[in-house]
Amino acid sequence: MDSKKINFKDPAEIKEEILQKYPRKVAMKRAKSMVANDTEQAKEIQSNVRTIPGIITQRGCTYAGCKGVVLGPTRDVINLTHGPIGCGYYSWLTRRNQTNTPSQDPNDKIDGENYIPYCFSTDMQDENIVFGGEKKLMEAIREAYEIFKPKAISVFSTCPIGLIGDDVHQVARAASEELGINVFGFSCEGYRGVSQSAGHHIANNGLLTHVVGRNDNGPEGKFKVNLLGEYNIGGDAFVLEQMFEELGITLISTFSGNSTITAFEQAHTADLNMVMCHRSINYIAEMMETKYGIPWIKINFIGADATAKSLRKMAVYFDDSELSAKVEAYIGKNMEIAEKVRSEVVKTTKGKLAMMFVGGSRAHHYQDLFEELEMPTIAAGYEFAHRDDYEGRQVLPGIKVDADSRNIEEISVSADPERYKPRKTEEQMAMLESKGFKFSDYEGMMAQMSNNALVIDDITHWETEKLVEYFQPAIFCAGIKEKYAVQKMGVPLKQLHSYDYGGPYAGFEGVINFYKEIERMVGTKIWQLIKAPWQGEPEIVGTVGMEI
Amino acid sequence: MLLRHTTKEIKERNALTINPAKTCQPIGAMYAALGIHNCLPHSHGSQGCCSYHRSTLTRHYKEPIMAGTSSFTEGSSVFGGQANLLQAINNMFTIYDPDIIAIHTTCLSETIGDDIVQITKKASDEDMIPLGKHVIHCNTPSYVGSHVTGYANMVKGIVKYFAENSGEKSKRINIISGWVEPSDMREIKRMSKEMGVDIILLPDTSDVLDAPQTGKHAFYPKGGTTVTDLIAAGNSKHTIALGEWATKEAAIALENKCKVPFALSELPIGLRATDRFVQALAKFGGVKVADTINDERGRLLDVITDMHQYLYGKRVALWGDPDHLIPLSEFLIDLDMKPVYIVSGTPGKDFEPRIRKALGDRADETRFKYGAQADMYLMHQWIKEEPVDLLIGNTYGKYISRDENIPFVRMGFPILDRIGHSYFPFVGYLGAIRLLEKSSGCSWTSRMRSARKRPLNW
Repeated sequence: MDSKKINFKDPAEIKEEILQKYPRKVAMKRAKSMVANDTEQAKEIQSNVRTIPGIITQRGCTYAGCKGVVLGPTRDVINLTHGPIGCGYYSWLTRRNQTNTPSQDPNDKIDGENYIPYCFSTDMQDENIVFGGEKKLMEAIREAYEIFKPKAISVFSTCPIGLIGDDVHQVARAASEELGINVFGFSCEGYRGVSQSAGHHIANNGLLTHVVGRNDNGPEGKFKVNLLGEYNIGGDAFVLEQMFEELGITLISTFSGNSTITAFEQAHTADLNMVMCHRSINYIAEMMETKYGIPWIKINFIGADATAKSLRKMAVYFDDSELSAKVEAYIGKNMEIAEKVRSEVVKTTKGKLAMMFVGGSRAHHYQDLFEELEMPTIAAGYEFAHRDDYEGRQVLPGIKVDADSRNIEEISVSADPERYKPRKTEEQMAMLESKGFKFSDYEGMMAQMSNNALVIDDITHWETEKLVEYFQPAIFCAGIKEKYAVQKMGVPLKQLHSYDYGGPYAGFEGVINFYKEIERMVGTKIWQLIKAPWQGEPEIVGTVGMEI
Repeated sequence: MLLRHTTKEIKERNALTINPAKTCQPIGAMYAALGIHNCLPHSHGSQGCCSYHRSTLTRHYKEPIMAGTSSFTEGSSVFGGQANLLQAINNMFTIYDPDIIAIHTTCLSETIGDDIVQITKKASDEDMIPLGKHVIHCNTPSYVGSHVTGYANMVKGIVKYFAENSGEKSKRINIISGWVEPSDMREIKRMSKEMGVDIILLPDTSDVLDAPQTGKHAFYPKGGTTVTDLIAAGNSKHTIALGEWATKEAAIALENKCKVPFALSELPIGLRATDRFVQALAKFGGVKVADTINDERGRLLDVITDMHQYLYGKRVALWGDPDHLIPLSEFLIDLDMKPVYIVSGTPGKDFEPRIRKALGDRADETRFKYGAQADMYLMHQWIKEEPVDLLIGNTYGKYISRDENIPFVRMGFPILDRIGHSYFPFVGYLGAIRLLEKSSGCSWTSRMRSARKRPLNW
């Protein structure tokens, strides 16, 4: 067993206690999504299955995954929500995607395009539901074009659109022809799939079909990469962009933190795809490899060790001594700064328990950071991941495709007759692989976790409360819906979706921010003041009394 | 510039809404249901609706928002959501043990035409609803009205399900509150108590959405209108409904069902709307206005006269819900301020005559728009054409405020970028003082900043 790993007590007791509360069928289903990790023998976990109605889930919908997550951070496209007002409203500026809009012309006072602070909706009314909304959609696209003259408009379907049969793709094609700009639609109705995950897949398909490959004039550079599955929450992308610049890496595009449609269009000119959030973006990595011959590797820029490891992996791929030297120097310099902070912070954090239930990659990536803080992860799970995100990609062929997944379109992709170009010869690939280099691979969360750590998929509110009560962790990581319930129980909750308005947490700069943030959260005495002196245990009365 | 593409040239729009000044019905239904004691709201639709509503309410109130969802899939969208709802009802009673499940629909379940009454009856027939527990509902199609409509529909649903006229009239007064903060509901109760009027407030989110930190998460906090009171509301001698958009339907339903007469008034925002509220309390409660309330009113007047020189003639832009905008406009006029731009995405043809009446002889100087395409983009364009001195509205004014350098008071729903707003009222005389303090405070700070090089004398 890895020296960082711990052998926790078998969590069978708490699992049993949790399941007892459920109706029989619910208990049977939930049991398969709750697994005690086994470091000796890989276990199967049920995931990417329907949420049971009424259990209080963290999950959102397909629209949220498509519009909110993948396309939301792109600044120069008008994202138009086709539906009643709510969906557009709730996804308006709520994911904290930041963007950096450079001026298009240094002499011009008008900055470049940025539609992220705007919310566009067709605000469908009952008559549109009865008589159809295609006309209104077409008119809304025209009005958006008339006013803003954007280079692209994308249309997102909400639940009623699929039901009433509006053909958003047809409208988008007609609008494209009429206006001479790229207009494309997504059938990302909220009821498709079982979670946001379906929306990621739909967004990946749409981007590959309608955007990637339309512009061959990408920036030049010796080492050209795309960063996939990075969404610039709290400014993460800015840190990584700076890092790449320092290392002489040309970042062609990021899907989709701080991104532009133009960069997406040029993505096929990169020589390596680096996949950060495997769950939300692995589809396009796969498809770009087939279509354009760009290999992909899994990387993680959350955590000092993970960042170093990922940079080295990238350097090995490019096989350039100058780059390797730069990477080593960069790591050496930054590791030293991070370690200085870490060694201080760890005095407060060491040995305290962490839990994280979030996303489709963050509940894994952030374990790296907690390891550095010497905080064991006692329990973790994803909100919308699939088995491969837990168990590793080797399980992919064995995953049974159920009806809900079959409803999500799989697009067939073949090598582009003009643009396909293998980036490495087969011999070069084999050579790298023989040295342990892994292409198109992801190990999953469980391989990293300790023995008997509890892994739970699509955790329910009931399970959340029981876990907090039972394990009394020093910190719980999840999202806004869980935050205040957990905090009411006296345990600080760190939001790993919005970063609690903090960040950046990526790269070395992010590492330091995160160390300090966790030190603040687990080090504060505020939680001990919850009981008034006349309510508390004698020692608390004494302490407070002395301070007065 | 944050809203860099907004220009003052207004092009007519008929289909496109940009930066809305409203959201959809179900979130209002969820908020109203949280004001019932031991009630678990349930969203009959896709998971995303529930997730978005819970997130937005959480971001505003900074409190846990518990609610269930029917988690529709493609199959349920084709075959109907009955199986999902039945399972949800059974699961929620088993796992979370509410006294009441308050179901609201979504655009999805409305479009496919799920019949909640029939499904609930089936749940009851199949013994899924434990004895003494309740499942109530309202229809909240997202493509009609706004979040205010959803609130109104849930309040009406609550009244229709529970209120009973036992034939014995009580001395109590019902107050049906529009959508305000828990602190406002607390203030309405305090003022009524001060007046010596025994009220039933419904809904009541105080002690629910401002629950104390105790180290324990009370899944159902101690607040909320109790079932006993909801039933007893049918015996009350009178109802005061605060806000036409949010409460009129419920007041009518209560009168129809239990013969409790009602008076429709505004939310007590500002001087004269609070005066009317106090008069209504005195009249229907059969009491004299309490001295302490007179003192409160006097303190407000004192602050107004102290501040008048700073408020006089100031141009204000406001947006939000009609029930807030109407009394707020009246108050601004009373202060000799100029509410020059008013926008509400919430439809309702009464808006025009009501806002005109509130604005009095200033009505023609004001640009206002409500309903379709009455949005924050339009509001910003008006401001670009001719600026204002103050903004009052929800969170979505912040970018306008920053781009145009205009002082901004956050009021209404949602306020996502501030903490603490739900602890202090905007209603009543005290609430009016708070509004004045906030308005003058941010205006002065902004004046001081722009005059940094030339110190002012205050």
